Amino acid sequence: MDSALIPEGVKRCSFGKFALGIIIVGGVLLWGVYAMLLVWLKGLNQTNMNDFYGFALWIWADLGVIALGGGAFFTGLLRYVIGKDELKNIINCAVLIGFICYSSALLILAIDIGQPLRGWFIFWHANVHSMLTEVAFCLSCYFAVLTIEYIPLILENRQLNKVPFFHNLAHNMHEVMAIFAATGAFLSFFHQGSLGGVAGVLYGRPFAVREGIFIWPWTFFLFTWSAAAYGPCFTLFVTRLMEKITGKKLVKQNVINLLAKISGWTMGTYIIAKIIDTWYWAAATAPALGLNLIDFYSNNPFYGIWILIAEIVVCGVIPAAILLTPKGRSNSTLLFTAVSLACIGVLINRWVMVLQVMAVPVMTFENWVMYIPSWQEVATTILPVAYGVILVMISFRYLPIFPQERELNP
Amino acid sequence: MFPFSFEWIWDVGHMVFMGGLWYALTIIGLGMTYCILKSVIDTMQGKGGHHH
Repeated sequence: MDSALIPEGVKRCSFGKFALGIIIVGGVLLWGVYAMLLVWLKGLNQTNMNDFYGFALWIWADLGVIALGGGAFFTGLLRYVIGKDELKNIINCAVLIGFICYSSALLILAIDIGQPLRGWFIFWHANVHSMLTEVAFCLSCYFAVLTIEYIPLILENRQLNKVPFFHNLAHNMHEVMAIFAATGAFLSFFHQGSLGGVAGVLYGRPFAVREGIFIWPWTFFLFTWSAAAYGPCFTLFVTRLMEKITGKKLVKQNVINLLAKISGWTMGTYIIAKIIDTWYWAAATAPALGLNLIDFYSNNPFYGIWILIAEIVVCGVIPAAILLTPKGRSNSTLLFTAVSLACIGVLINRWVMVLQVMAVPVMTFENWVMYIPSWQEVATTILPVAYGVILVMISFRYLPIFPQERELNP
Repeated sequence: MFPFSFEWIWDVGHMVFMGGLWYALTIIGLGMTYCILKSVIDTMQGKGGHHH
């Protein structure tokens, strides 16, 4: 039915099967849209946010998808600026994931601000003393960059590419992509960093506050570093998942190995820096504020020391060790385990830096405050996941996402 | 925000923040303008009739 639109030389499932998949995921999407409309029409009273939790599930999801989408800027930097040419075989996938992650982040923010019609205020009436203003600027600009990186991929659709103007536009955009990739890396450095910086400058929150250099707390650098380390892991995770679902090899092993190796080194160095940061915070910063490490992990029903071990050891040291060894990288089960753990690790990191920060008591007369999101918050958080799955399905079916697919599946 | 907006102040914060935004938008805008104009010229010259 739609065979004229499918890239030449590759096989796809029947249109009926594809449409059924879209309908099933579309049902989840509609549930999220319903919750989103409730929030927009009835207001933020649809959430379980309160005076303790001004930042909640949505901001965690925002920080999470932005970190996971970091594969786009880092892979783009490696491919177009540093010149790792092999990565041209996975960059389309990284761009697609980045586009989905950043559009999701903007969608979540549009729900979170309560009055999306006033979203432009942050640009026009900018508070130049806020790191979140910088985040909004860089996030919006970088989304524009990702759209520019995604457009040539759309124009390379079998039918669209027959139109001479579209063909030329895709070609010319590829020619100057290094400029866009460099701009994207610049923007990503600052917004990833500032998201961490926001936590690090919360002087009234001993769990989050860090020392640093000049105006930037250490969390600024740790967030950028972690996005560069863990983002490519999500690209590898999605690629492997697509290979499992389609039953096809989509990217050659040497490309996977290269990205996994770079990711391993970035993650290894990041986790060392994170351990040093945690140790210094536990040994010097927090005691100077009258608290001990265990104060942040006891007397509450959820946040035990397990979360620190899970983040740093299980989902940090272990995946880094696997990715750093040639045997670990070449074993597909170990590789998939490592990238899965890494993705969980960065999500735990963002969770504690958003939610645990809010939960920890800051006054002597306060207790821990727990938070359970409302179903509307959960539905609107799952909404971008469903949207992402649909966009991946459509892109994989109609666009040449994986240049090596035809060669690997003759 | 632009320098003619009533909130504008000529200080480092405004110049760095807003300057950074305009700088990024200028690069993105000029890059896309170049691509579109070159594509129009290429198309008018008859290029792009064949696949890569």
